[in-house]
Amino acid sequence: MKLDLKVVEDVAHLARLGLNEAEKEQMREELAPILDYFEMLNELDTSHIPPTAQVISVQNLMRPDEVRPSAPAQEVLANAPFREDNYFRVRPIFEK
Amino acid sequence: MTVATETEYEVVIGLETHIQLQTASKMFCGCSADYANAAPNSHVCPVCLGMPGVLPVINSKAIEYIIKLGLALHCEIPEYSKFDRKNYFYPDLVKGYQISQFDLPICINGWLEIEVEGRRKRIGITRIHQEEDTGKLTHTNLNGEEVTLVDYNRSGVPLMECVSEPDISTPAEARAYLTKLRQMVRWLGIGTGNMDEGALRCDANVSIMPKGSKVFGTKIEIKNMNSISAVHEALGFEIKRQEEELQAGAVLKQQTRGWDEEKRVTVFQRLKEGSSDYRYFPEPDLPPLQLQADYLAQIRTSLPELPEARRDRFIQEYDLSLYEAELLTGSRATADWFEESLGEEKTPQRARATANWILNELFAHLKEKGAELDEAKIQPRQLASLIDLVQKGTITPKSAKEVFEEMFATGREAAEIVKEKGLPQLSDEAALATVVDKVIAESPKAVADFRAGKEASLNFLIGGVMKATRGTANKDVVTRLLREKLS
Repeated sequence: MKLDLKVVEDVAHLARLGLNEAEKEQMREELAPILDYFEMLNELDTSHIPPTAQVISVQNLMRPDEVRPSAPAQEVLANAPFREDNYFRVRPIFEK
Repeated sequence: MTVATETEYEVVIGLETHIQLQTASKMFCGCSADYANAAPNSHVCPVCLGMPGVLPVINSKAIEYIIKLGLALHCEIPEYSKFDRKNYFYPDLVKGYQISQFDLPICINGWLEIEVEGRRKRIGITRIHQEEDTGKLTHTNLNGEEVTLVDYNRSGVPLMECVSEPDISTPAEARAYLTKLRQMVRWLGIGTGNMDEGALRCDANVSIMPKGSKVFGTKIEIKNMNSISAVHEALGFEIKRQEEELQAGAVLKQQTRGWDEEKRVTVFQRLKEGSSDYRYFPEPDLPPLQLQADYLAQIRTSLPELPEARRDRFIQEYDLSLYEAELLTGSRATADWFEESLGEEKTPQRARATANWILNELFAHLKEKGAELDEAKIQPRQLASLIDLVQKGTITPKSAKEVFEEMFATGREAAEIVKEKGLPQLSDEAALATVVDKVIAESPKAVADFRAGKEASLNFLIGGVMKATRGTANKDVVTRLLREKLS
């Protein structure tokens, strides 16, 4: 079964993927079995099991409120594709 | 008789308030949270930069603080709570998601009481959850090119989001709610609550519907309000705008609008996306919180006496008016100052005198100087000794104001200033009698008028004596002496 084209486009947008028409068609085919596979999980009755948010049995792992040294600015900015003084520079964005 | 020609509308407002917590370090790493004056990107590390493979660790102080606020706002603190990832692509967060809380926040179902025009009302608190603040974007033009510069010092600073129920019906109620919320944050000492610095930020959701309607109107969100008065004004503008749109037959669309501080209008920003777009899922890198009863009890015990309780106690214990008590509990510092100044002398009379000095003289002087209470040079116990001097009759209330000026300016002791200025109150009858005789001799007309039955002339003569003694004469003694000598 193929996915609705709209679903593919929405998911691509959320992941910021620019897909051409051929790729969208390919995704319609390839995504469907993945979703079907997860759909299988719905066959199990989980009504009596609380949702699992965490698989390790640790709780309340916290640290005291103490300041520790930050990274040196040169290291911080070393990997920045674009910088301006000690700022990261990105394409103009005016509104979220 | 007036006939209503226009539909009357009911206003529904809910507020989402982001509050920075004043911790030393960030929410999930040890970087300093004090970003205000730091050089760009100097308070960052692999964790708050979202480098691969790093692990966040919860700041215990932040959890303690949010629980404090929750308890103060009558919230339930469920035993189990967890963090979630809120996914979005925007350069203010490096990770591509914000660590926040989705379905199991730390505080739920509380309330905050406000009072508007003498009417008390409880505004429900839906939830308060813990998250991390984002980086700061600066939009600028560099050599003709529009660019955005990013500083991640603020990224990861502990931030709470407090969501109210849509119980607010007027801009004035919204203002009262925010004022109370900010007062509480400051009272608990968990944040500065300074809106102009972004330490407290408020978004408002407002909709209107015809009076009596069961169907809510279209919810419109307003952002970018940088002060409590801006929230008040923006809501007033937006309600009127929506009314006019509806009256004109328009259909409102769910949208986000921004408050334009200069033009004093709300401006369309974008249509609203659904929350599912954030694809929340449990944060796998953080273990859940299991908040035990004894831990919560310990925090509850550590809470100071809260503003309303203290206000009511001031009214009961010191016989102050509601107005005075409200002002004196406007901040914890003021309430502490007042009670410290009272010391052990907790009589209503003393309390009234102390309240008057603080609310009139001290506040006026601070306001004039644009200073805060903690910057005042005069100390609570010093004010107490000034009041002692007045009550013992050592100086007149008029001289006391002069002494206060000096104390406020220099922080010196009252007794010292009184001595230096030669201000002790003249109660010595022999000394005063000389002055009284002199004034009588110099004011034949007033004396004649008084003897002819004009009682007001006595005040003129008293004034003469006060003037001659630079306001230091004991008025009661002067009055008695004058009456004796003129009868």
